[in-house]
Amino acid sequence: MSDILASFALAVRLIAGADRELRRIVSLSLEVSLAAALMACAIGLPLGAWIAVHRFRGRRVAIVFLNALLGLPSVVVGLLVYLLLSRAGPLGSLGILFTPTAIVLAQTLLVLPMVAALCRQMVEDGWGEYREQLTSLGVSPARAVPTLLVDLRFSLLTVVLLGFGRAASEVGAVMVVGGNIDGVTRVMTTAITLETTKGDLPLALALGIVLILVVLAVNALAYALREWSARRHG
Amino acid sequence: MNPLRCLERLTAGGITAAFAAALAPAAQAATAQDFITVASTTSTEQSGLFKYLLPEARKALGFDVHVVAVGTGQALDMGRRGDADVVFVHDRPAEEKFLAEGQGVKRYEVMYNDFIVVGPGNDPAHAKGSDVVEGFRRIAQAQAPFVSRADKSGTHSAELRYWKMAGIEPKGTWYRETGSGMGPTLNTASGMNAYTLADRGTWLSFRNRGELAILVEGDKRLFNQYGVMLVNPAKHPDVKKELGQRFIDWLVSPQGQQAIAGYRIDGQQLFFPNAGTGS
Amino acid sequence: MAEAMLPLDARGLGIRFGDVQALRDVDLAIEAGRRIAVLGANGSGKSVLLRTLHGLLVPTTGTITFAGRAERPRSQAMVFQRPVMLRRTALANVEYALGINGTAPADREQLARRAIARVGLSHIARRQARALSGGEQQRIALARAWALEPALLFLDEPTSSLDPAAAGEVERIVQEIHAAGTTVVMTTHNLGLARRFADEIFFLDAGRLTEVTPAERFFSAPASREAALFLAGELP
Repeated sequence: MSDILASFALAVRLIAGADRELRRIVSLSLEVSLAAALMACAIGLPLGAWIAVHRFRGRRVAIVFLNALLGLPSVVVGLLVYLLLSRAGPLGSLGILFTPTAIVLAQTLLVLPMVAALCRQMVEDGWGEYREQLTSLGVSPARAVPTLLVDLRFSLLTVVLLGFGRAASEVGAVMVVGGNIDGVTRVMTTAITLETTKGDLPLALALGIVLILVVLAVNALAYALREWSARRHG
Repeated sequence: MNPLRCLERLTAGGITAAFAAALAPAAQAATAQDFITVASTTSTEQSGLFKYLLPEARKALGFDVHVVAVGTGQALDMGRRGDADVVFVHDRPAEEKFLAEGQGVKRYEVMYNDFIVVGPGNDPAHAKGSDVVEGFRRIAQAQAPFVSRADKSGTHSAELRYWKMAGIEPKGTWYRETGSGMGPTLNTASGMNAYTLADRGTWLSFRNRGELAILVEGDKRLFNQYGVMLVNPAKHPDVKKELGQRFIDWLVSPQGQQAIAGYRIDGQQLFFPNAGTGS
Repeated sequence: MAEAMLPLDARGLGIRFGDVQALRDVDLAIEAGRRIAVLGANGSGKSVLLRTLHGLLVPTTGTITFAGRAERPRSQAMVFQRPVMLRRTALANVEYALGINGTAPADREQLARRAIARVGLSHIARRQARALSGGEQQRIALARAWALEPALLFLDEPTSSLDPAAAGEVERIVQEIHAAGTTVVMTTHNLGLARRFADEIFFLDAGRLTEVTPAERFFSAPASREAALFLAGELP
């Protein structure tokens, strides 16, 4: 126990002193997760909204498929992206494997179904509320998409935050496509894995504390946004 | 100007903006073309050698070396897929097979470290000594708990060789296969107070020893030879062959060899350079 | 404006949802300048009729023409029982409708402000629409519809969710809208409102339009038995 306490004390010192390696790992993690969340939302929000307002053949199948993708194991995504980016694979000559871009790609694919499915649900509910009034004003379903997305902006912002949190927590896929290269593709989660297996607890604990704080902050922000929106708009 | 209407326009054009933001880190990575990817082993990574050595390499060579640390088997497989430019592992038979397949250009010996057998301090199997084969025999006889990496690694191959030399096929509840790297295996051994074969490098930087201590060392058969090979550009045209070869040349050069010898933990040298003395 | 799209003529209008025939054989004409109240028991098809005439529902049978033409003109608006506001200011809600309608960006604010002033709510134009009271929101909905200067305005139970004071305000505004030149068609179960407001009554009974009568005659001497029962309060 005293070992763990000593490690904990060292961890706090690393954080307080803004240890250089710690900073590098944390900032890389935040960068790639943010990029992935943004990309997933750039694709997923319009996609979810479009499915929500349009009636087309196979719509139910699309929705079921989207919801099913939520349960996709992340290591499978990691494997698929690896096969895609490997020099022996179709996109190999891009040379993206084992770079931060590969991590962004894998995280985006992981977060995309979540964002699209959540957005679809929210927009569908919103469209249910607004359909008659908007149609009466002459708004077509396609034209309604940006209106609904803007109207649901606070809820959708929480979706972005959730996506970010999900991306930042990913380990398996990131390990596979990133390679956990020191100083290049080592993010908080993969660094924690490595340091823990080395038995080097202080750095692992420090990273773990930061990661928990990031996730907590993201969720607190999402909660505060929902509350503020509810009060403002009734 | 109504802020919400601006938002609406942005949503419609949002895809472009977000893609630009997302590709920024990618753009950075793409422009840093001056690097090579080296597939090496977890034990080498976990010994801390690369953290020490790579900055030296960067200074000497002027480009970055990215090390992806996986098990020896996986490292060689990475080479076979062309996902690495150089492979740097410690399993001679596997490396020779790699060469025979035409996947590598030439094998250079770089350095060696040694394996040790660690186990519970009170040594219930009386394995202590400087004979690894005898030690393994006694452990099997006593059916003392033994943890194996069982992960196609160089360490694992060595372990299997020692069992074979002792004429034993390890089976039974005392023989635990974890299928994991050196660190986790040591963690398991520490937790179970069991014997295991480890490389000295990982052991020296391993913090969670519990009651484990070094019991067998010094046997010549415990020497663990590292070899480095350039992945064959004839099979994989994308391999960075000039940079890769320059890295290899540096590793076996006097400067590189000196750098390797300079790496110490608690004053102890971990790796002993021996380039040019073998194949 | 009104000359261009009215009279609205519906012939043989029928609409079926699954097993239910919500409207059958409806023939009616909406002449320019009228104030029409659509009355009937609950479930008689009032809301369905309004939505079909406005174009929110597609009839299963029958036709609707506008001044003889099949093409549906845009110069109509509808206000619903519960006002539907976007999550933005009252002013922005009206500006949004103007924008969809094709008003130039430079003119939107001015026109929106004018519309809101006409319903007496200038002091809350910049408040979040959804934070307003029910009555205020309904008046903003009317301002929004009015700003579009529709030739034809449909109102579906516009006062049913409101308290008497708010209901009175809404009634006053609807009268003003009509006075400004819009033809108004309103469903309501508030007979007092219908009596004060309408000059013509459409009476629906189980999906059939059984009476099309000038208001005075309807209230004093309804032609059909169902209408008489309805007025007497026997029908729900």
